[in-house]
Amino acid sequence: MSQATAEHPEQLTEDDKKLVRQPLVLNQRTMGWISDYISSIVEGKTPAWWWVSMGITVPLTVLCVALLGYLISTGVGVWGNNHPVGWAWDITNFVFWIGIGHAGTLISAILFLTRQKWRTSINRAAEAMTLFAVVCAGIYPALHVGRVWMAWWLAPVPNANAIWQNFRSPLLWDVFAVSTYFTVSVLFWYTGLIPDLATLRDRCKTKIRKFVYGVLALGWRGGNRQWRHYEMAYLILAGLSTPLVLSVHSVVSFDFATSVVPGWHTTIFPPYFVAGAIFGGFAMVLTIMIPACAIYKPLHDLVTIDHVDKMCKIILLTGSIVGYAYLMELFIAWYGANPYERAAFWYRAFGPYWWAYWAMMFCNVVAPQLFWFKFFRTHLLWVWIIVQFPNAGMWFERFVIIATTLARDFMPSAWGMFHPTWVDVCTFVGTFGLFTTLFLLFIRFLPMICMFEVKAVLPEADPHHGEKH
Amino acid sequence: MEAAGNTSAPVYGVAAEFQSARDLYHAAEKIRDAGFSKWDVFSPFPIHGMDEAMGLKRSILGKVVFFGGLTGFLTAVTLEFGTSSFLYPLIVAGKPTNLYTVPAFFPIMFELTILLSAFTAVFGMLIMNGLPRLNHELFNWDRFKKVTEDKFFVAIESTDPKFSPRSVKDFLESLGGTNITTIHGD
Repeated sequence: MSQATAEHPEQLTEDDKKLVRQPLVLNQRTMGWISDYISSIVEGKTPAWWWVSMGITVPLTVLCVALLGYLISTGVGVWGNNHPVGWAWDITNFVFWIGIGHAGTLISAILFLTRQKWRTSINRAAEAMTLFAVVCAGIYPALHVGRVWMAWWLAPVPNANAIWQNFRSPLLWDVFAVSTYFTVSVLFWYTGLIPDLATLRDRCKTKIRKFVYGVLALGWRGGNRQWRHYEMAYLILAGLSTPLVLSVHSVVSFDFATSVVPGWHTTIFPPYFVAGAIFGGFAMVLTIMIPACAIYKPLHDLVTIDHVDKMCKIILLTGSIVGYAYLMELFIAWYGANPYERAAFWYRAFGPYWWAYWAMMFCNVVAPQLFWFKFFRTHLLWVWIIVQFPNAGMWFERFVIIATTLARDFMPSAWGMFHPTWVDVCTFVGTFGLFTTLFLLFIRFLPMICMFEVKAVLPEADPHHGEKH
Repeated sequence: MEAAGNTSAPVYGVAAEFQSARDLYHAAEKIRDAGFSKWDVFSPFPIHGMDEAMGLKRSILGKVVFFGGLTGFLTAVTLEFGTSSFLYPLIVAGKPTNLYTVPAFFPIMFELTILLSAFTAVFGMLIMNGLPRLNHELFNWDRFKKVTEDKFFVAIESTDPKFSPRSVKDFLESLGGTNITTIHGD
């Protein structure tokens, strides 16, 4: 539909009106307004709610750090991991957090490559969420090794015994995949921030701010000779991040899939893990963006109902893929006729951890089906309530895969149950504190919406705006 | 004509302000056609099609990144075969004794290719853009602060062979530029 018709709605029939694309930015906000408003969140006085929130999350972070200190000083036995469940809450939480990160990369990279312009108003916050989720994730495998001061043995440097790493091990693949993922996510995020940091630099009033944002903006001037390399770099990073994000969760799933444990040794794991990660990640994006926009109400002109609607549709799609994978796993367990595989899935659904399995099924497969209805996709409170199900469900999924499988493997004599300790529980709660604290700091000190990209999707950013075609 | 910076310092160039992406785009086409070489347009966001309007070629960053990626790939190959096949032979996978089996080495080859490509993309971009730097002559001009908000600028540098302050000023004025200013160094 041409711009001319969209600007003259009186000429449209009822059917045509449904086809007119909603503007990405509502209320005809100007470029100046975008800079002023987004920057004012960073420049204004620290609001009271921020201090209250920090008052809750900082003690939780301290709790997390203190318990990690307790674990390091005492030993990994303070967690409930024991034979036969040697991977327990720690690896569950690792996969949970790393999965959440994936939606950020999906929004920033895959939606960029597919030219989904609506991503511009949510990519910055989603990328920040990625980084903070990966920080929380990284804690677990690092501490899980037991003697954390030996963690450097994972790095490919020769040690005193002249022993080298096993590069054929999925666990080492994981080290490379996660550390590459974190590094590339930081680079991608920072590259996206440079022009916006320059905006903050140019608005600064105080000397300290001028210095800090001036250094961080790296001397950016916004010349087209800079933009052309910048855009190319951004495109390349998006192109690199897309296979990277798919590879990271595939490699995480290899940790399980390349073993011979019944219930883990399946080829469906990589795509199923990736779909689950995007599913859980989008739920987390909505979980934090809806309150952020409720606090900063004018943001609703940038993060519109249309955005929320689209994200809900992605949750519905990926949730259905996940549901399909669950059913396919069950089908193959039956059809494969391997008694151990059949038993593994029988115990998942009807064994001692049945409640986790059915919680997972309900949260991930049944609850998101509400998003078939437009009402539930467009009412923010409902959206926020419904996305809590995927958040919880994805945690249960990892718990089901890890704990129930290990608790019931080949020999009944080797069976056992896993019971989390208070340290397990409090450390996990503490990582939420860490995640939220980092996010609150991000909201306070960096522009949470990518200003230059939002300006670029305004109609007047088009160099032929207002000209006759 | 107004001046910015230390007026006894050498002239960096002459700059003008424009009010919209469209005006800037058409000004760029005319400056390109007039045959200037040391000039740039400045905007709060990348403007679609501006490279053609300025007569710039596609960025060569992609080609540079290819070599970055190749370096990453070869690093992984060397690291994996060097250690697992020679320095500390590990007889796992490809049994009984095929130490040169490849598939289990793929994930790390892939990850290091991505890692070094990404480093090359970011640092290559910064080097090509002459960043990071703490100061620039254009920052002496107060109005230029608006470039990261909602204003558009053109600057023609004094090192351009066709540069003379008077003619450049008249030229920019004829293109519709306002607040034309001579930019000096510090």
